[in-house]
Amino acid sequence: MEDLPALTRAALDDVAASASLAALDEVRVRWLGKKGALTEQLKSLGGLPAAERPAAGARINEAKSQVQAAIDARREALERAAVEAALRAGRVDVTLPGRGESRGGLHPVTRTRLRIESLFREAGFDVATGPEIEDDFHNFEALNIPADHPARAMHDTFYFPDGRLLRTHTSPVQVRAMRGATLPLAIIAPGRVYRCDYDVTHTPMFHQVEGLLVDREVSFGNLKAVLHQFLEAFFERDLKMRLRPSYFPFTEPSAEVDMSCVFCAGAGCRVCKHTGWLEIAGCGMVHPNVFRASGIDPEQWTGYAFGMGIERLAMLRYGVNDLRLFFDNDLRFLRQFVAW
Amino acid sequence: MKLSLDWLRDWVDVALAPADLGARLTMAGFELESATPAAPAFSGVVVARILSAERHPQADKLQVCRVDAGQGGEPLQIVCGAPNARAGLVTALARVGAVLPNDVSIKAARLRGVESAGMLCSARELGLSEGHEGILELPADAAPGQDLRTLLGLDDTVLELNVTPNRGDAMSVIGLAREVATLTGQALRGPAATPVAASLDATFPVRLDAAQACPRFLGRAIDGVDNGRASPAWLRERLRRCGVRSISPVVDVTNYVLLELGQPMHAYDRDRLRQGIHVRHANEAEPLELLDGRRVELASDVLVIADAEGPVGLAGIMGGARTAVQSSTTRVFLEVAWFAPQAIAGRARRFGLTTDASQRFERGVDPEVGRRAIERATELLLAIAGGAAGPVVATEAPAFLPVRTPVRLRRARLQRLLGVLPADATIESLLGGLGMKVARDDEGFVVTPPPHRFDVAIEPDLVEEVARLVGYDSIPEAAPARAQRLRPMPESLASERRVLDALAARGFNEVVSFAFVEPGLQQRLFPGREAVALANPISADLAVMRVSLWPGLVRVILENQRRQQDRLRLFEHGVVFQATPQGVHELDVLAGALTGSRAPEHWGSGRDGADFFDLKGDLEALLAATGRAGDFAFAAAEHPCLHPGRSARVLRDGIPVGWIGELHPEQVRALDLTSAPQLFELEYDAALRVEVPAFAEVSRYPQVRRDLAFTVDEELPFSPIRERVTFVATGLLKDLRVFDIYRGAGVEPGRKSVALGLIFQDNSRTLTDEDVDRLMQAIREDLGAKFQARFRE
Repeated sequence: MEDLPALTRAALDDVAASASLAALDEVRVRWLGKKGALTEQLKSLGGLPAAERPAAGARINEAKSQVQAAIDARREALERAAVEAALRAGRVDVTLPGRGESRGGLHPVTRTRLRIESLFREAGFDVATGPEIEDDFHNFEALNIPADHPARAMHDTFYFPDGRLLRTHTSPVQVRAMRGATLPLAIIAPGRVYRCDYDVTHTPMFHQVEGLLVDREVSFGNLKAVLHQFLEAFFERDLKMRLRPSYFPFTEPSAEVDMSCVFCAGAGCRVCKHTGWLEIAGCGMVHPNVFRASGIDPEQWTGYAFGMGIERLAMLRYGVNDLRLFFDNDLRFLRQFVAW
Repeated sequence: MKLSLDWLRDWVDVALAPADLGARLTMAGFELESATPAAPAFSGVVVARILSAERHPQADKLQVCRVDAGQGGEPLQIVCGAPNARAGLVTALARVGAVLPNDVSIKAARLRGVESAGMLCSARELGLSEGHEGILELPADAAPGQDLRTLLGLDDTVLELNVTPNRGDAMSVIGLAREVATLTGQALRGPAATPVAASLDATFPVRLDAAQACPRFLGRAIDGVDNGRASPAWLRERLRRCGVRSISPVVDVTNYVLLELGQPMHAYDRDRLRQGIHVRHANEAEPLELLDGRRVELASDVLVIADAEGPVGLAGIMGGARTAVQSSTTRVFLEVAWFAPQAIAGRARRFGLTTDASQRFERGVDPEVGRRAIERATELLLAIAGGAAGPVVATEAPAFLPVRTPVRLRRARLQRLLGVLPADATIESLLGGLGMKVARDDEGFVVTPPPHRFDVAIEPDLVEEVARLVGYDSIPEAAPARAQRLRPMPESLASERRVLDALAARGFNEVVSFAFVEPGLQQRLFPGREAVALANPISADLAVMRVSLWPGLVRVILENQRRQQDRLRLFEHGVVFQATPQGVHELDVLAGALTGSRAPEHWGSGRDGADFFDLKGDLEALLAATGRAGDFAFAAAEHPCLHPGRSARVLRDGIPVGWIGELHPEQVRALDLTSAPQLFELEYDAALRVEVPAFAEVSRYPQVRRDLAFTVDEELPFSPIRERVTFVATGLLKDLRVFDIYRGAGVEPGRKSVALGLIFQDNSRTLTDEDVDRLMQAIREDLGAKFQARFRE
């Protein structure tokens, strides 16, 4: 039997010197394997007197355990180091941009229209639509605008050779919705409208939203309330609103709706032309002739109607300063509206 | 409508500051557009008389004037370049120290060696006119030394008010004065309407051949007029402030009366009128040369004033050239007529005209103001241009004059429409102030509007008048008393918000294009397709209605390409217009386009260009949201503007609902696009209708995957293969994946290798190997028989 302590020291030195899991395994085999140097010591027990064998065997097993423990510890250290090395090697630059598609977005006019629709839906209005190519009856006659009426001059109308036209406002949807409707009726009608006018503040196509409510007892006071609530809900702030007498052939009384300027809170600025007010809508009580053209008895029913420009609302809401941007479809403009 | 406050004050006392008056009128329905000073700020400008004017010794175009500037001073020497500077002329002098508009200071100067102690001024230099008429010509009796601002009343404000088309009665000083009087509680006054006695017998015959259209015609002959004079400064100033140019005394007076009383007038040169005047409808194609020199061709619904030789004017719109007054005119015939609005409305516009007269007649002129107008005009004309007047001759058909019928105004209706009910006395006093006769009855009032109020015919008109006069602001907001009502929410309608958001989430930006497009581009993409053309397009490139959203998307791609935006993912939602034998059909469609690289440029991604399958993937994701992905199929089909080998119809249950494809290479080249866009278009309702989810049992048994590789003819599309495999697997096939398509080495020419992953599962038991082997064998035999598939072992 060789010098067991020396052998043990040599084995522990080998363990400590192992630089990899593979080297450590070689060390294990060399010392503790079936033919390992320490294992071999057990075979030499036979050469000892019987009385010495148990004590010598115990010493050898103790030495083996000591080496095994050192190997386990070393393995754990090496494994930990390997994991750490792998993690080190697997580091990425987390500040580099991520992979995949960037988000697109809705057009600001659509975004605004959908916002208006959801506000009014919550208030019990349905969304109605109508054709964009209209006839004279729905666009004018039924709205109390007979041929040669001076109000027609305010609508620069696009015509087709057969006499039909591109609707100049969303008001014809009022008539279509009322004809044969079950009353009471509450609708809004958003959509594209067309006028033959193209300059800094006009585009030949733009968007309006029309509102109509018909019931037994609808008053001008109700109209004021719904518009004021809408404006404050849309702009998410307290606003002053005023109605100014005006003229639309299809409402009587009629009014223009002004709200306190959202940019200067009514103090006066460039946007409101230093008046403190922004013109935002037209409205009024449904004219009896419009009711009659739609088959409704004006003695039994009253109603209000209003109309707004969606681009105007969008410009005020998002601070867009040029109407024409909406139709340029410049990606750099559209990308400003990617938020939900 | 421009309103001079000085002029207004002839008719009503105004205590309010201009801005406050403007605000008050705005809230009464006459929106203030602007309030501007009658003249810009200047000072130190006085009346001066030119005593002598001599040629400047050193300059041909300059004169050296000696000028009396009043205030007892010595005459001043002024050098002046205006050709109308002459001895005796009374004009405006900016003295040394004067400050003209735009802060121009006047200093003593030496012009070509001659001292000048100030400057004689033109209207332009004083900001009173844009023209170049030489120095001001002031009345000969103006006192030298008087401040010019005082002389011309320049410290006046001009309100520009927006008068709505129903209020023709307010398009005059008297009309707005009536409103101001009622709104401020003042009395309406006004220049006395004193008849001018006739000093001549002269008259001119008038016949009304269209009495319904013209039931009243007042005429008056005036002789001995000097129409070569200039109108007095005060008259020219008032016209100028209302935006009307001075022409001659006769024309200026008729314009003045129109602005003051709202009664359009016309003056004829009586020496040029033949025999007598007829008011009649024109003959078809009858020609007329107008005052402004334009020749128009008339129609039988156009009312004209004619004499024996033919039309001499478009009634209520514009006079003719043949009988127009000139500076040499001495014998005048004045016309003050009443034309029915329906006889005038729309006619001016038809000839491309809008005149002060037509605007008023088509809105309605007070039928009773005529006599006052003709007397006022006579009085002014005789004072300004001299002459003597004949009697006023009225030719009338009283049966056709408008009659104001009483209108009932019920308290209950007021309450119902406004939500509030003003006191009876308030209603009576407000309506009475506007000249309405108000009587009470059981339910409220019976109101007879004055002759000038064409807009008050039914009860709601009176409701508006009451609301307007008490002020819309005084009507309280009232929450509606509506019953609670939750409405059904159709789940099978594709929520627009979600559809659009789904595309946005995949990187698409929504665009909004005009619904009319350039005919050339549309014809290029849809050759032979009939488009609906506008009769009056705003420009040649916005002339026809779109038949598809693609022309708009292609235009947007081109424009963004010009802005160096090459990678685009775009979509649009809107209607397109299809010409059908039954008329134009408006179809709601959703379209999209992508072009440029497959992925955004990225350090870890390739730079491959996007192809058909990129867009198809987006489209499939969108269609999957209907809950019925399996109902859709893509059938190879050719479209005139798409690559013939990369285009397909989208079918839902076999019915076409859209197109997808790559823009044809020829189009890409012709349009100068940097890469070929992939396009899709779907019929919104048909393609995106949603199936409400219905629960089906989830299998508790394991699934089995088997792969199948085979070769088939290269031209064989995938979809029939899928159909057969699905059919033969009899409901046990849960999923089918194409994991490889290969052509080349190892596969014989003309064939391709297809590799499928098939996932089988049963809902009621575990499938055994034998079950699956049987299915696979059946599939192999079927594909072999149907498509000559050869299987690799």
